[in-house]
Amino acid sequence: VVAVCNISSQNRTRMGLNTGHGSSIKEVPIVTFKWHHVETPYLIALWILVAGLAKMVIEANHHVTNVIPESALLICFGFILGGMVWGADKVQTFTLTPTVFFFYLLPQIILDAGYFMPNKLFFGNMGAILIYAIIGTCWNAASLGLSLWGCHKGGAMGDLDIGLLQYLLFGSLMAAVDPVAVIAVFEQVHVNEVLFILVFGESLLNDGVTVVLFNVFDAFVSLGGSQIDAVEIIKGIISFFVVAFGGSLLGFVFGLLVSLLTRCTKNIQIIEPGFIFVLGYLAYLTAEMLSLSAILSIVFCGVCCQKYINANMDEKSVSTVRYTMKVLANGSETMIFVFLGISAIDKTIWVWNTGFILLTLLFIMVYRFIGVFFLTWILNRYRLVPIGFIDQVIMSYGGLRGAVAYGLAVMLDENKIKEKNLMISTTLIVVYFTVIFQGITMKPLVTWLKVKRAAVTELTLIEKVQNKVFDHVLVAIEDISGQIGHNYMRDKWNYFEEKWMSWALMKPSVRKSRDHVFSVFHQLNLKDAMSYVAEGERRGSLEFIRNESAFIDFKKKFGDEFSEAMPDIMANMSDDHGAASDRRRDPVPSVSLEMHEQTMKGMRETEDINTHHLLQQHLYKGRKQHRHRYSRSHFDVNKDENEVQEIFQRTMRSRLESFKSAKMGVAPPKTISKYSKKDQQQKMPNGKSLDRSKSYYSGDEDFEFSEGDSASGYDASGSTFPMRVTYRAGAGIENPAFMPDMDPMTPIQIPPWLMEAELDSGMVAPSQRAQVRLPWTPSNLRRLAPFRASAQSNDSFMLADAPATQQRDDEELPPPPSPPPPPSNRDGGYM
Amino acid sequence: MSDFSVEQIKNLHKRFEQLSGNEETISRENLENIPALANNPIRRQIIGAFFDKRNQHQNEVGSFEEIGFEQFLMVMSHFRPPTLKTTEEERETMRKEKLRFLFNMHDTDNDGTITLEEYRKAVEELLSKSGAIGQEAAKAIADAAMLEVASTNVPHMAPDDFYEGITFEHFEQILKGLEMESRMHIRFLDVDTTTMHCGRSTS
Repeated sequence: VVAVCNISSQNRTRMGLNTGHGSSIKEVPIVTFKWHHVETPYLIALWILVAGLAKMVIEANHHVTNVIPESALLICFGFILGGMVWGADKVQTFTLTPTVFFFYLLPQIILDAGYFMPNKLFFGNMGAILIYAIIGTCWNAASLGLSLWGCHKGGAMGDLDIGLLQYLLFGSLMAAVDPVAVIAVFEQVHVNEVLFILVFGESLLNDGVTVVLFNVFDAFVSLGGSQIDAVEIIKGIISFFVVAFGGSLLGFVFGLLVSLLTRCTKNIQIIEPGFIFVLGYLAYLTAEMLSLSAILSIVFCGVCCQKYINANMDEKSVSTVRYTMKVLANGSETMIFVFLGISAIDKTIWVWNTGFILLTLLFIMVYRFIGVFFLTWILNRYRLVPIGFIDQVIMSYGGLRGAVAYGLAVMLDENKIKEKNLMISTTLIVVYFTVIFQGITMKPLVTWLKVKRAAVTELTLIEKVQNKVFDHVLVAIEDISGQIGHNYMRDKWNYFEEKWMSWALMKPSVRKSRDHVFSVFHQLNLKDAMSYVAEGERRGSLEFIRNESAFIDFKKKFGDEFSEAMPDIMANMSDDHGAASDRRRDPVPSVSLEMHEQTMKGMRETEDINTHHLLQQHLYKGRKQHRHRYSRSHFDVNKDENEVQEIFQRTMRSRLESFKSAKMGVAPPKTISKYSKKDQQQKMPNGKSLDRSKSYYSGDEDFEFSEGDSASGYDASGSTFPMRVTYRAGAGIENPAFMPDMDPMTPIQIPPWLMEAELDSGMVAPSQRAQVRLPWTPSNLRRLAPFRASAQSNDSFMLADAPATQQRDDEELPPPPSPPPPPSNRDGGYM
Repeated sequence: MSDFSVEQIKNLHKRFEQLSGNEETISRENLENIPALANNPIRRQIIGAFFDKRNQHQNEVGSFEEIGFEQFLMVMSHFRPPTLKTTEEERETMRKEKLRFLFNMHDTDNDGTITLEEYRKAVEELLSKSGAIGQEAAKAIADAAMLEVASTNVPHMAPDDFYEGITFEHFEQILKGLEMESRMHIRFLDVDTTTMHCGRSTS
């Protein structure tokens, strides 16, 4: 989707003239300068670049943007640019045309608003938003039109050729609060969420309303005053509702379509984000084609599909959609403001009529206040939590007009409305006044009135849990008291949604694991992991990354081979895997506990073993992903034989060293083991970390018999490895340590050929085998199991450096405890 | 308590009689038999709250076997919405009462702290309806949430310290940012009132 500038229409003629070349050349030109050949796209690209640079310059200094909102600055920047163009051309070559605005700039902004709409808040305040958007807008339009007409009759603006219907038409185009302007200003103010959603929701929906109103009045104007009778008026009212609700419904249908489509795009993940934009745009165009409200259509398309597409698509695609959405919306917004500024520098459109312009400004302000206060007064009689006085003031004051009004004004037909230019000038003045003046004063006003701001809270798990508890409590109380209230309805809707909509629109694999609390949990864990990496890098102690990633490769490739070739090593390693699989019985609490303790204690213990493993996994993955070959449709992981071989050799060497030193009682080179001991002492008295320490012991207990696991562990880790690279969005979880229940699902998706590849590639040079033989025969060979892949143990390589720990434990607790009952589900092999 | 209007009390009384089958008191079974409650994952806890003496503000602990209308109303009064006239102080009190109600719901053994065990159980129940989230994950979430409380309230915990559980003060502290004013309210009106809010929530 390319934001196409207005220039296209003007240059098309020149392009046409230029196409007739080529017939009269006399010699072969080596290089020709073909400006006209590229003019249109070139200018478009240049304008986009200029607008982007303008934003960059403006955002460079936060002292300015703190006082003056960005939108106002962009408009002023547009003035300057427009002045330059005017100075050069003596005519305004570039203006914002309605076609460009409504077809290429507006849709993505509205789609973005719909897609990121906080649904719960939006629907929770739907009643109020609809009242403001529909009744409020009609009130604004009618009152402004009638008052101006009255003043005209009273002689306040001299001689103007405007009739009542034209005034109403003008009123309807001025009525709507503009979402672009509102978001731009309110985003920087951070008012409380209810106030924000009221203003924002209203501005979104009333755009639809105002376009409808505009069309109805436009039709009335075309009909002429005498033709309008009661039937036509009733038709107008009916068409209003048909257009508005039809548009919403169409958007809803398209939303469902997108959701359904994303259910089946798993083989074309590279282009699946594109569907969202294309179908969203189609929703807009289809509504436009059927003369339904295109804005409402695209809003509801975004609102409806967000949940399902986020669940259905790959996590990367979701991020792509999010970012692309923001890029497009932000870019368009910038373009719109810049061009709003540029459009002003044009002598031909300016017609000054003091009375008309000032009265319009005055009435807009006054009637906005009256409308908001009156409607709120009515609403507050029904609202559970009334809207306070101060919020009402801000709502009224936040009635910014913007580019939609300007676009509609430009669309006016000059033949029918003689004073079109006066209306355009007035609209521009109103836009500048509201965006610049009200935008600048909004922040001081919010501070001065002490408007309740949005609490800047961190995402906490307990809060999410309590929110959920709240919801259920409220529903239950309504049930018990026998009311059919807001909560009851929401609960019923949720139930319906869970049961039917999700069933139809979500992939089966992701349907169940979508829970808000859990995703918060997951996010927090990821955040912790990231802060851990940051901390580790700051301290420069990420040495483990190198060794461990290599080691994982080793296991992945050669694990099965070595279970026979090097029983001693394997025996040793099997301990870890015993520990690993045992710990997996209760892995989540231990990990999470550790993670949080980490943050809590100010990252004092950077060597925390669990976090450490977790991170290895992430980092390891990151390293691997750097090396993909070029492919348009796939990201391939590097599988270079030589490299793997080399990694293997290096790893073996380091492994052996640490192994030997450990066996001989020398303190292992790594600090991790030291920590693990400390950790046990430290956390034992602490009731919460029982899981953790238990898992350590259980690892020990498994010492004797976990031979089978070693093989299975390696294979599983190897074979599931490619799966890690394709981050599965549906599950929303990539780290098995967080979600033990997810594990059984993973191996199913491993293609069989991949498994075989792992086996085949495990060729090892004999010298290496010889090298790794140690004069020590383990007693636990008897359980050497044939190759098995365990569904559960695919995260075993996370515990790659646990042997050091293990051996340490051996020394300190001489007789390994007798084996406990093995975890039953551990060896759920599938081969 | 007397914040209910006469009309509201009448309505609630009607409902009370309907639930109890025109008896003087309501028992747990009466509430458990409400069909609409069947899908509520924390039904047990909520019903428990009705029979909890702590929610009667009489400085008593323990639980009733059956409650009369007065107690019923008392529990319901936790959910009355503020009005425009409510002062800031009253709002604060209301907020505290609501938090106390939630706290009591989790603190099943009346000892003034929500222990990890209690919290785990609560979270498990809460998530029991959400499909694939198993007990393990629920436990993990409870643990993580608990740690959040611990880390917020006791930032410098010595390694040997033991965080017994969430006290009410800590509970209040950690939920400071929670938007309570616009939530946890029920409109007590006529029995069959549908509010304006939900008009299009199904679109």
